[in-house]
Parts: sequence; C-alpha cells; structure tokens
Amino acid sequence: MSNAHFSYVLRLGDNALIIGQRLSEWCGHSPFLEEDIAMANTALDHVGRARMLLTHAGDLEGAGRDEDQLAYLRDEREFCNVLLCELPIGDFAFTLMRQYLLDVYHLHLFEALCRSQDEVLAGIAAKAVKESSYHCRRSAEWVCRLGDGTDESHRRMQSALDELWGYTDEIFAADAVDEAMRAQGIAPPLAELERLWRADVEALLARATLSVPDDNWRASGGREGIHTEHMGVLLAEMQVLQRSHPGLAW
Amino acid sequence: MPPISSPGAEARFDATIAAEEKIEPRDWMPEKYRRNLVRQISQHAHSEVVGQLPEGNWITRAPTLRRKATLLAKVQDEAGHGLYLYSAAETLGVSREQMQDDLLSGRAKYASIFNYPSLTWADVGAIGWLVDGAAIVNQISLCRTSYGPYARALVRICKEESFHMRQGFEIMQTLCGGTSEQKAMAQDALDRWWWPTLMMFGPHDAESAHSQQSMQWKIKRQSNDELRQKFVDQSVAQAEHLGLVLPDSDLKWNAARDHYDFGAIDWDEFQRVLNGGGHCNRSRIKARRDADQDGEWVREAMLTYADKQRARAVEDAA
Ligand SMILES: [Fe+2]
Ligand SMILES: [Fe+2]
Repeated sequence: MSNAHFSYVLRLGDNALIIGQRLSEWCGHSPFLEEDIAMANTALDHVGRARMLLTHAGDLEGAGRDEDQLAYLRDEREFCNVLLCELPIGDFAFTLMRQYLLDVYHLHLFEALCRSQDEVLAGIAAKAVKESSYHCRRSAEWVCRLGDGTDESHRRMQSALDELWGYTDEIFAADAVDEAMRAQGIAPPLAELERLWRADVEALLARATLSVPDDNWRASGGREGIHTEHMGVLLAEMQVLQRSHPGLAW
Repeated sequence: MPPISSPGAEARFDATIAAEEKIEPRDWMPEKYRRNLVRQISQHAHSEVVGQLPEGNWITRAPTLRRKATLLAKVQDEAGHGLYLYSAAETLGVSREQMQDDLLSGRAKYASIFNYPSLTWADVGAIGWLVDGAAIVNQISLCRTSYGPYARALVRICKEESFHMRQGFEIMQTLCGGTSEQKAMAQDALDRWWWPTLMMFGPHDAESAHSQQSMQWKIKRQSNDELRQKFVDQSVAQAEHLGLVLPDSDLKWNAARDHYDFGAIDWDEFQRVLNGGGHCNRSRIKARRDADQDGEWVREAMLTYADKQRARAVEDAA
C-alpha cells in the first residue's frame, strides 16, 4: 500500500524532473530573448516541483533517499516518467506542442490533487497549479499562433502533433498504482482527467486549425521503466558528476 | 526622434553633467555622447546575452537539483539583464534588431571573457565568483553614470549580480571543503579564469580609446585601472578564505600604496581574443546566429498571426 503511494509520487517527480531537464536545453538558444527567459522560467518551475515531489517520495519510501539520490543515482529502468517527457526537444514547434499537451494535463491533475488525502502532496499541488495555469496560457497561445500562423509554422505544428499524439495515451492509462491511489483518495480518477484534457485539447487544436491525427500508433512503457532510446543519453548527461565522483558533496 | 537643438542646449547639458544630475532621453545631448552610450550599453547587453552560453553549458549537468535550480535562475537573470539593457539603449534611438544584427555580423563586441570555454563544474563556481564579481565592481561604479535609463537599469542589475557572486563563491567553498580532487578542480578553474577576469576591466588607462571622454561625460565614473585594482584587492582575501592560490607570483601587498601589486597582464592575449582569436569566439557567435536563424519562422508566424487577429477584429466590428 505505501509502496503504491511511493510509486505514485515518484512518477510525478520523474515527469517533472525529465521535462525540466529537456526544457533547460533551450537556455540561450530560443528564437528571441523573451523566450530564453520564459523557457528557463518554465524549466525552473518543473525542477522546483521535481525537488518537492522527489523529497516527498523519499520520505514515503522511508529508506533515507533524498531528492538527489533519487534523481542522480537511479538507472534508466528505475525511472518511471511517461515517454512524452523524455523525447528530445526537436524544434520550437515540437517543444511548445509537447508543453501544451503536458501543461493541460498538469493543470487538471494538480487542481484535483489540491484535494488529495495526502496533505504534503496537496500542498505541492497548490503551488504547482498556479504555475501550470500560467504555463498553460503561454503554451496554448503559442499553439494558436504557430498553428494559425504561416504555412510553414502550421506544417511544423501539425507534424509535431502527429509525432507526439501517440505518446499521450500513456498519461491516462491507469494501472494498479493509480487504482490504489484513487481508492485512498490520494489521486483523482484518470478517466476523469482524460475527459477534461481531451475536451480542452480538442477545442484548442480546432482553434489553432490543427487536426487530431487519426492513426492509431501508441507507445507506452515509461511507468515500467521501458523508455525510449533517448532516455539513457539524457540520464548519462544529467548524472555524470554524481556517477563519476561517487559520494561527494557539491 | 532626437530632441531639437536649441541655443543654450549644450550649456544646459554641461551644467546637468556638472551638477551630477541625470541626462534623460528627452534631453538634448551631443551626438558623440549618444553614440558612445549606444556602444557601451549595447555591448553590455550583448555580454549578458552571450554570457548565458558558458554557464548554460552546465545546466543539464549540474550535480544536484538545488544547483540546477540556482543555475537556471541565474542564467534566466542574465537574459533579463540583456532585456533591461536593450531597452535602455533603445531610448537612444537605436532598435534592438539593429543592435542584434551588429552582434551577429561581428560589428559589435561583447565581453571577451565569454570566449573562454567552461570545462568543469568548478568553472560555474569560478564564473560566478570572479566574472560576476568583476562585473559588480564595474557596475556599482556605473550606477552613478550620467545617463538616467542606463543608471536605473544598473541598479536593478547589481542587486541580482551580488546574488550570482555569492552563489559562485559558495560553489567554490563547497569544492574547497571537499576532496583533494574537488579542490584541484577549483584551483584549475581559478588558474584559467583569473587573468581573463582581470582583462575584463579593459586596457590600461593610458591605452584606453574611449575612456577619457567617457570620464568627462561621467558615463564612466572610475578608470579601468582603478576598478581592476579594487577587484584584485577584494579577491586576495576571498582566495585565502577558500585556501586557493591566485596564479600570480608577483602578487604582494604594497603598504606604501595601500594596495596589492600584481603581475603584468598579457595584452597580446587580450587583443587576440578581442579580435576573434579566442577558443570560443566562433562557437558563441554561431550559437547566437543559429538561434536567430532557427527562430525566424517563429517570429514570422507571430507577425502573421497578429495580422490575422487584427483582420478578424475588424471583420467582427463590421
Ligand atoms: Fe548579468
Ligand atoms: Fe550575473
């Protein structure tokens, strides 16, 4: 039972960490200065969230692991973020489309988690929901601008959406951990989140003149540690100092 | 639009400068004063922007999540400094696009220090401690600059810079309190960054092309050599506190001058890096050019979308 609780919070922490890591790759390389600031800021919100969630996960586990031990000393197979978070940043269209798909999910998720029976998690959610509502406004605005901008921006956004869509199912695929958390009033039912997410996303995509892909290719496995081939490279980079100089303080 | 020259305008300008008051965008100013400021402020803005790159290089590899978060916040601050400064320069009638074109084409300079590579985690500490530290010495002095918008931008910037310096120093402290390999990493970073940091203050006063006029107009308030001396004096105690050795065998206290004497700066290296010969000159500019080129379709789409929205608003109103 407490094992499911740990797994649940760890998953949320890993999602935040890995998307924060990806966003931070944009630093100094965005299309203009205001976007450099916005990317760094969004990355920072996710890293901050990851720190709180991983610390909480470590406490739930009770094995003495802190945020850094969880972030830096686990192997790829032990990470349980959804695949959507770990895909390489691609172009600006890909990054913003992914961000929008995640931001809407996070907004509804953290809104619901504000009422979690886990008070620590509810506290984290209260902070995260404010950030997510801001993130969501920003990424939705970009989806509209780029979807309904020039031919080129439309083409790039549609192809980003086509690539990303098959990774969204995994977010809402409930397993035993999700069921246990829902039963204990710790987490909301995923089916309900999916309904809210789909309504928002479909409405915005229509406004942005983009169409939901109709192929049925789906990928999943992140929760069980079956990642894309990009994940190992991401971790090798992120963990390099802790791995090459074990046990030191930085 | 530049303010129209009227009789007595120059005398009023001189009197404002003499009275330690600020020149504001609406005031008449000599064309050379304006050009001198545009050069200095835009160069400063470019330095903040290019300065994101050497430290940005370490964000994805920061060794703890706390360090990752503070480094992200720092690099975000630097981009923000770039924005304040471009805005200050725009009050002088030059557009951000023009300034950025000058950077990308190599007509405009940025701080040469960023043409050195950041090779280890200790470099992130050394950059914060030394490079931000040197920037503070320079910028605190510039807070009294005679051009109002520049002075006000600098006051905001200085607050954040001192935070950056403390973070950098704390990274160095942690390394120096760690294992011998960590301490060696810190010493190696200090060895590589010390002299380039001293060069940040610019050529000796006697050789500085723009200095004298800038001092008269109170754009600059203290000379390159004065500021460099101040930085050396403050750094000696800090290095001692860390247990690190400044890489200068001529460094010693001079009681008669009440300052530290220090060794000769390699001005050939300074000129070489300034003129494009440094390790990272090409890669820094390439990174900025790539960001600009890769972002072109995004900026175009923004304009097109804004046009469409305007047209729709007109349609709706009709
Ligand atoms: Fe700065
Ligand atoms: Fe700084």
